[in-house]
Amino acid sequence: MTTHPAPDELLLAHAAGGLDQLLSLIVASQAAYSEDSRRRLCDFEALGGLLLEELEPAPLDEGALETLLDRLDAVPQEAPARTAAAPAPAEDGFDLPPVLRRLLGDDLRSLAWQPLMRGVRSADLVPGVRESGGPRARLMRIEAGTAVARHSHRGREFTLVLSGAYSDAGGTFGPGDLQISDASVDHRPRAIGSTPCLCLVVTDAPLRLTGPLGLLNPFLKSRL
Amino acid sequence: MSFHSPMTEAPPLDPPLQASLIRAVAENRDKAAFGRLFRHFAPRVKAYLLRLGTESAAAEELAQETMVVLWRKAATFDPAQASVGTWVFTIARNKRIDRLRRLQRPTLDPEDPLLQPESRPDADWLFYGAQREERLRRALKSLPEEQAEVIRLAYFEEKAHAAIASEIDLPLGTVKSRLRLALTRLRRTLAAEGMDQA
Repeated sequence: MTTHPAPDELLLAHAAGGLDQLLSLIVASQAAYSEDSRRRLCDFEALGGLLLEELEPAPLDEGALETLLDRLDAVPQEAPARTAAAPAPAEDGFDLPPVLRRLLGDDLRSLAWQPLMRGVRSADLVPGVRESGGPRARLMRIEAGTAVARHSHRGREFTLVLSGAYSDAGGTFGPGDLQISDASVDHRPRAIGSTPCLCLVVTDAPLRLTGPLGLLNPFLKSRL
Repeated sequence: MSFHSPMTEAPPLDPPLQASLIRAVAENRDKAAFGRLFRHFAPRVKAYLLRLGTESAAAEELAQETMVVLWRKAATFDPAQASVGTWVFTIARNKRIDRLRRLQRPTLDPEDPLLQPESRPDADWLFYGAQREERLRRALKSLPEEQAEVIRLAYFEEKAHAAIASEIDLPLGTVKSRLRLALTRLRRTLAAEGMDQA
């Protein structure tokens, strides 16, 4: 049970296909920890299905079905899905969401870790993205007892705890907890407990969307 | 264009019939069943893509590709997890995202199914899942129109926040709070119905 779950707006944006890829990654990763998030994602996908049924149909080109039917003979059908076997434990000992593990490989130690300060290291998931000015995803590893230097950020910062825990003025965050801080938050997270705290951190800067709208993008700075 | 084209005149298919048509496609490669699903869903998928700003030729192509997935993966469809409509929605959504990511500078492997929730819900949830859509349908109907409208915009309008606000002539903060109200109300209705079932 996560005490800091993903907010509805974020899950809806993910289900509606409106999030940037890196934000989708953090939402999908968070859902791996939380049955409640998975349920809400299912609800929002079902809502999309209902709304699809309500749309005024836009006719396809004349003969589209017939053309497609001719093609189908050459299209193989897949067997029913089987439950995938549980993956072998990773070499680095971290139990990560499969979506993240696929991306990162078997051993986190082989990533290009950069020291940020004493006891804090980070590794970019997508090398070079920093220069692009778009959203950026990093793993951050904070040794037990270490506090990250006070910082704030230009856009929003999404932090998902993957292992260990940290606390700051916003509370205590453990595996599966998601903290969203906007530019006004000035925080100083400290790793607590006896193990290092491993987090996935996505920061957005100038907005780059793949899909429906800013309406759902909770990281969009609004002038409320 | 003919006004009596079967493409536009097909009667709506209710969800149980949709599921049995998928089964016919899976078990018998039944092209007639596929045709009925196509006539129902392909024009709605195309409408969805057009609403989101996809140009017409691409919307046509992606709608067809979505239907090919329906054919290819019919045997993997599990009616306990979702309705056919929800399944079609997620396929169309993913097709659209794949295309956008191919057009943009990809940051990650565009084929990676990041949009798929990692594990499926628990068994007790599946029981709920079978009734999920009916509950959601009622919950959606119970929303005041102004709240239902921001939900629809959330799925079907590729517009920045501020543009939506100006389109419906409301301050940005009102749009955000309306969406929040709508989501809170949906959740409350679903929770209340869940109690009734228990």
